[in-house]
Amino acid sequence: MAAPKPRVKVPKKASKGEVITIKTLISHPMESGQRKDKKTGELIPRQIINKFTCEFNGQVVFTCDMDPAVSANPYLEFNAKIEDSGTFKFTWVDDNGSVYTTEKKLTVE
Amino acid sequence: MTLSRREALGLTAGFAAFIAFGPKATIAATPETDAAIKAFTGGAMPAEGKVSLDTPEIAENGNTVPVGVSVDSPMTADSYVESVMILADGNPNPAVATFHFTAISGAAEAKTRIRLAKTQNVIAIAKMSDGSTFMDTKEVKVTIGGCGG
Repeated sequence: MAAPKPRVKVPKKASKGEVITIKTLISHPMESGQRKDKKTGELIPRQIINKFTCEFNGQVVFTCDMDPAVSANPYLEFNAKIEDSGTFKFTWVDDNGSVYTTEKKLTVE
Repeated sequence: MTLSRREALGLTAGFAAFIAFGPKATIAATPETDAAIKAFTGGAMPAEGKVSLDTPEIAENGNTVPVGVSVDSPMTADSYVESVMILADGNPNPAVATFHFTAISGAAEAKTRIRLAKTQNVIAIAKMSDGSTFMDTKEVKVTIGGCGG
């Protein structure tokens, strides 16, 4: 499996007090644990992203607990209210313990 | 009191209808879903309203069904939506995802894509910061299921 690649869309600029929309996607198969290997007939073990967190300047904006029913390459769209310039930090936690992160900067005009 | 045959039949039919369509003791179709809802709300029955689910009427591919949820709330430090749980009652495991919001989320809205095994109800339950709960249910018709394979 190729290393999961996070992709995030955040506006670069916002005005004070504005509610912005953030879109995130990470490439990940989200193996549900329900599928069977076609050759051996054995269940493929579950491996999904089970938690997503978005922080802005260290404050939690939005988190999501995911179950196997979330589609492959999990997509999330949510909002944030902006008061100051700062940095968004996005974190995805894999079942196997891996953590994928990415950051985006935003400036208040 | 004596009942004529006609009255007695009518009464029985009425009673049967009451059992079938009367007050629902459980919310969801399956016991697993019901248990998941009760665990989330702490045993309370969620009220209708405030939550609105945005799902397609017909999903051709059950592997990726776009689902959006929005909750009517001022989203201030005193009154905001804590979390929203999405359930699909016809999946092998009804839990889909739980969104957690904070006062700086701005708006209690989120979208994602989910897997649906077959035609079923998608349920969203919102928990407010004051502990009250609200729900919305939408049926999604699935052409090709999105589990197993």
